[in-house]
Amino acid sequence: MDIKVGIPRALLYYEYYPLWISFFKELGAEVIVSQKTNKEILYNGIINTVDEACIPVKIFHGHVMDLKDRVDYLFIPRIKSVFMNEYICPKFSGLPEMIKYSIKNLPRVIDTEINFFESKEHLNDTIYRIGKYISNDYGFIMSAYDKAHLEYKLHRKNIEQEKAPFVNEIKILGKTKANIGRKRRIMVMGHSYNTYDSYLNINLLDKIKSNKAEILTPEMIEERYTIDYAKKFDGDIYWTFARKLIGTALYLIDTRSVDGIIYISTFGCGIDSVVGDLVEKLIRRNSSIPFSLITLDEHSGEAGINTRIEAFIDMIRWRDVLEDNISAHG
Amino acid sequence: MKITFPHMGNTYIALKVVFEELGVEVIVPPKCNKNTLELGTLYSPELMCIPFKITVGNYLESIKKGADTMFMWGGRDVCRIGYYNTLQRDILENLGHDIKMLCVKPMKSIREIEHFLEKLNFVSGTKNYLKILKSFIQGLKTLCRIDEFDDLVIKIRAREINKGEVDRLYSNFKRDINNGKGYRRTMEIIGQYKKKLLNLEIDNNKEVLRVGIVGEIYTVLEPFINHYLIERLGNMGVEVHRSVTSSEFIREQLDFIPFIKSNKHDIHRASEPYLDTEIGGHARHTVGNTVIYSEKNFDGVIHLLPFTCMPEIVAQSILTVIEKEKDIPILKLVLDEMTGETGYLTRIEAFLDLLISRREKKSYEKSISWS
Ligand code: SF4
Ligand code: SF4
Repeated sequence: MDIKVGIPRALLYYEYYPLWISFFKELGAEVIVSQKTNKEILYNGIINTVDEACIPVKIFHGHVMDLKDRVDYLFIPRIKSVFMNEYICPKFSGLPEMIKYSIKNLPRVIDTEINFFESKEHLNDTIYRIGKYISNDYGFIMSAYDKAHLEYKLHRKNIEQEKAPFVNEIKILGKTKANIGRKRRIMVMGHSYNTYDSYLNINLLDKIKSNKAEILTPEMIEERYTIDYAKKFDGDIYWTFARKLIGTALYLIDTRSVDGIIYISTFGCGIDSVVGDLVEKLIRRNSSIPFSLITLDEHSGEAGINTRIEAFIDMIRWRDVLEDNISAHG
Repeated sequence: MKITFPHMGNTYIALKVVFEELGVEVIVPPKCNKNTLELGTLYSPELMCIPFKITVGNYLESIKKGADTMFMWGGRDVCRIGYYNTLQRDILENLGHDIKMLCVKPMKSIREIEHFLEKLNFVSGTKNYLKILKSFIQGLKTLCRIDEFDDLVIKIRAREINKGEVDRLYSNFKRDINNGKGYRRTMEIIGQYKKKLLNLEIDNNKEVLRVGIVGEIYTVLEPFINHYLIERLGNMGVEVHRSVTSSEFIREQLDFIPFIKSNKHDIHRASEPYLDTEIGGHARHTVGNTVIYSEKNFDGVIHLLPFTCMPEIVAQSILTVIEKEKDIPILKLVLDEMTGETGYLTRIEAFLDLLISRREKKSYEKSISWS
């Protein structure tokens, strides 16, 4: 029988799922991903995590609960750094411990350390140590990774290409009739596990779409842009999340490629307390792009979020009409 | 140039010595108080951890007193500390203050020490490296002496016969320190008060509870944030042990130098079965020191952490297991600007009651097994 590897659908799953899933599949394992976040998962997460933890980590605990009795291995790597000179968050470094000491009767945990802070030289070693749980064949593991990595790159390209042609479009269009009548474009930024978990963010993306606006996320901007723009920031950036989101903000300010920006943060996230603040200040000081920071917590109500989104998009529409009138008469 | 730095317990005494020895004008921020926290909270991002808010308050109060150069430690850690200076600078500049920020990084290698000395060179305007090195070493010595002194204060306070004597002596000590200037005078004062302290009447046979304090360094060392926990416990007759101090913090960075010793390896050894790696902040210390306190038969452990403190939240999930496995009661105290004193004190009192009854039970069991 195939070895069953469980991957919790939470945290960095949203960034790396094509890589992780195909890697284990290529190795011959059966991959089981937890269900989409739901009421039960959130509840199990809340009761199995220390009170003070942020919701995304609580949700992660909930996904582990969902998986633990139906798999042989759980994939919970210790992710310290995925990019040179950048960290993720202390909780990612201690995630295997948080899980092991909070949840009983776990299957075996694949908790290999992923740490490219100094360099990526030991990448192969890291891959091998993860693969070894399933196979002993070094060559086989490496070729499984190569295939998975190709898949992942393709996936990234697809996401980026989905939106890339829009860049600078708004700036070029200027205040023409066509521009005023077009769909609004909203950047929804934040940790990908907040923007893409529709249970946690109460279907925020769909809500925006149903308000006749289209969506851009930081993942849709080519990484080389966000990296370059982040370099212009006056201050030391050493979190991958911070580089990506600050880079995104500076990119948007410069290219004026969106009509509005919504930052989704979660209550109790240490990274957001810094990055949300820096991004908001950058945007408000250097652009006139409407900005809204939405902080989700365990009790966020759907009605409240709905009203905010509608008001935000209405505001953007009115603004354009007003500006158009002023420039037409002035 | 008028230099200032944020408060963290008595660390200011050593920093003051370094800058005074270099001939730089020092502005020590007013002792942390309600106004410091209110100011800091007003201008900080809402969900920042409380140490940050206090440092902003410290700076603003020092600027009022004329400070124009801010000194701060930072550097890349997994956690928020390395962003402090970026945010602080932004907040202060935005309020219209024309200030200079000097940020020093952890000193884990000769190169980083050099880097630190260069900063001092910049501050003092002297090219005399010998003088700079000397004042740096004097600062380190002051730091160690102050921590030794504070440890002694803690021991004696729990056993004093005339209630309030230690606190009175301590406030005189602080007054003299604040009025004194330079390395020699500071050491003299510490020496004098150490003698006075040793002359106080104490009850050597008193049965005291022993409680270890673990957690995030700032909340452990800054009395204003932890509501004077250490003093209070002492006055309740509890002997407290602080697992993190600024001198130990520096020693752990410098212990690659042969004659400098730290407890780092012991702490890592104790933490290993539970957390075998650095994850940022002081989480590994929190875990290791809790294990060490249980090995040393302490009655209990108090875990201090700022609200939303990322590394300590990880540590906390581990402590819940250590509490059971090592059979040592742990009280977790989460601190932020909303922490109310009444509820806080009630929890501490309840915890001490628990420790006392555990002790009584243990000694009863012992006496039974002997008879
Ligand atoms: S980055 Fe924020 S949300 Fe994610 S684990 Fe860390 S604290 Fe939680
Ligand atoms: S360790 Fe805790 S207090 Fe220190 S920067 Fe990190 S979150 Fe803030």
